[in-house]
Amino acid sequence: MRFLLKRLGFYAVAFLVAATFNFMIPRMLPGNPADIMLANSGGMIAPEAREALMATFGFIDAPLHEQYFSYLGSIFTWDFGLSIKFYPMPVTDVLMQALPWTLFLTGAALLISFSVGTLLGILAAWRRGQLTDAIASPTALALQSVPSVVVALCGLYFLSVRNRVFPTSYAFDPKLDPAFSWEFFSSVAYHGFLPVVTLSVVLVGGYLITMRNNMIGQLGEDYLAMAEAKGLSDARVRYAYAARNALLPSVTALALSFGALFGGSLITEVVFNYPGVGNLLYLGIVGRDFPLIQGQLLIMTLAMLLANLAVDLAYVFLDPRLKRA
Amino acid sequence: MQDLLRTFLRNRKAAIGLTIVLAYVLIALVAPLIAPFDPIARVGRPHQAPSAEHWLGTTRMGRDVFSQLIWGTRTSLMVGIVAGLIVTAIGTFIGITAAYFGGLVDDVLNFFTNVVLVLPQLPLLLVLAAFLGQVGPWAIALIIGLTSWAWGARVTRAQAMSLKTRDFIQASAMIGEPTWRMILVEMLPNLLSIIGFNFIGSVIFTIITEATLEFLGLGSPLALSWGTMLYNAQTASAIMVGAWWEVLAPCGAIVLIGIGLSLMNFGVDEIANPRMRTLGNVAKALRIEKRLLRQRMQEANQ
Repeated sequence: MRFLLKRLGFYAVAFLVAATFNFMIPRMLPGNPADIMLANSGGMIAPEAREALMATFGFIDAPLHEQYFSYLGSIFTWDFGLSIKFYPMPVTDVLMQALPWTLFLTGAALLISFSVGTLLGILAAWRRGQLTDAIASPTALALQSVPSVVVALCGLYFLSVRNRVFPTSYAFDPKLDPAFSWEFFSSVAYHGFLPVVTLSVVLVGGYLITMRNNMIGQLGEDYLAMAEAKGLSDARVRYAYAARNALLPSVTALALSFGALFGGSLITEVVFNYPGVGNLLYLGIVGRDFPLIQGQLLIMTLAMLLANLAVDLAYVFLDPRLKRA
Repeated sequence: MQDLLRTFLRNRKAAIGLTIVLAYVLIALVAPLIAPFDPIARVGRPHQAPSAEHWLGTTRMGRDVFSQLIWGTRTSLMVGIVAGLIVTAIGTFIGITAAYFGGLVDDVLNFFTNVVLVLPQLPLLLVLAAFLGQVGPWAIALIIGLTSWAWGARVTRAQAMSLKTRDFIQASAMIGEPTWRMILVEMLPNLLSIIGFNFIGSVIFTIITEATLEFLGLGSPLALSWGTMLYNAQTASAIMVGAWWEVLAPCGAIVLIGIGLSLMNFGVDEIANPRMRTLGNVAKALRIEKRLLRQRMQEANQ
């Protein structure tokens, strides 16, 4: 319990740091974001809205620390102002429309890549030097150094453009209306397949290598020899004994990989024109939609912290020593 | 030092990786001599497929893809190395300082490192680059270098902490060696493998991230780099019109250097961690022994 409380406190401070960073970026740089936005909007925003825009960034007529507190207040009331690109929609609404798609994409990819990578890592370490290892490990190594841009572009070219196996954009057939029907869900799966595979391919190598190294670290331990001496089956020693202990560092690695997951999903969404938050961030950057960018960054930070918290919870479950402490 | 190099090269993975990377370095150095065309001049019809004259075809602007690829090697390697040096310098400094001094210094630095680690990095980089406007390769190297040191600081700290408890370090502390000597002469040489690992990993990360930022249109469109090539290909919808060479050429270049550097890192890891090398043989020997035992048991039963 104390462990979790400590982590919670840490995440709270981390979030505050991110929010402060977000507050400072537009102030550290030359020019005033509100004016840049007015100039770029091409008359879409009335000059009278300038005051409101300035207030969105906390550029109110007050000393810096008061600006900061009013900015923090707007975060905790979940008010990120109005989007420029999707004017006059509030940033929160725009983000909430896109979030489910990103959660679907990242969740599916994480599930697939972590389970496949970890399982193959266990086998590769167990059969070290044999065929499984000889094929899986170098492949994982190569995949680890392949950027998501490359995987996404190659997937798009070979499977969507050259051979029209999969669609090139959107989360579902635009002719369909979202409904609780087989037709809709199959369309979502069809459109999501390539993005999910892209993301999984990018992540799987890292999990495989981590698990393989952890397992190799366990192989020399006495408790494994003991288990084997007791006459337990090979599979039982492998999964219930060695893998169980090797999984702990892998879970830590999982927490560290969330950054790569979010980054990868951003690229994948842009390449496949998938309507998630990553694509939204890209559109926001291209369109100089500063409220959207800032709100987006905070949401992504929050998502990252929540994901880390989930890993902490899993850690407590996996490592009984923490429960006692 | 020579011993270290020999051990490194005896590792097959490391040797292959080093060969690939050296080939890239060579290409970057002699780029003006070997590029067949001026990379920013119109030298052919737009979107020409690869041919004897244009080995990797031409872009929509009629520029030679092969020449662009060669010149791009220069930018990508330079950005990778510069950012890698910044990342390694900051990470090593913070990691060793935290581990050596311990106490409050460690608490503060470690906390700071952990905060940076849980922030979403690519989105943060995107936002920073977006606010700065279309940035050149050097600015990208600087941004990446200044924001990506946390992982290195964390692993260096962990390694330095375990080093600090060793007898020879304790002994030199008791002799009364000055702090700078303790850190530079006693600790640093023993952390070389983790520092090298960090450096190579950072170069890979930077090359990939630079290409990604530029692909998204956040870099300067005038820069000659693999990322800008991808960006230009994307804006020219090269994929949709079937000009695969424009996309696959920079992709291939990025993947190959990434593999080369990873192989080198595997080599570093295997040297630093002998268990990675020998345990396979031990496991194999155990398995053979077990099989023999089972055979003997069966024979005895019959």
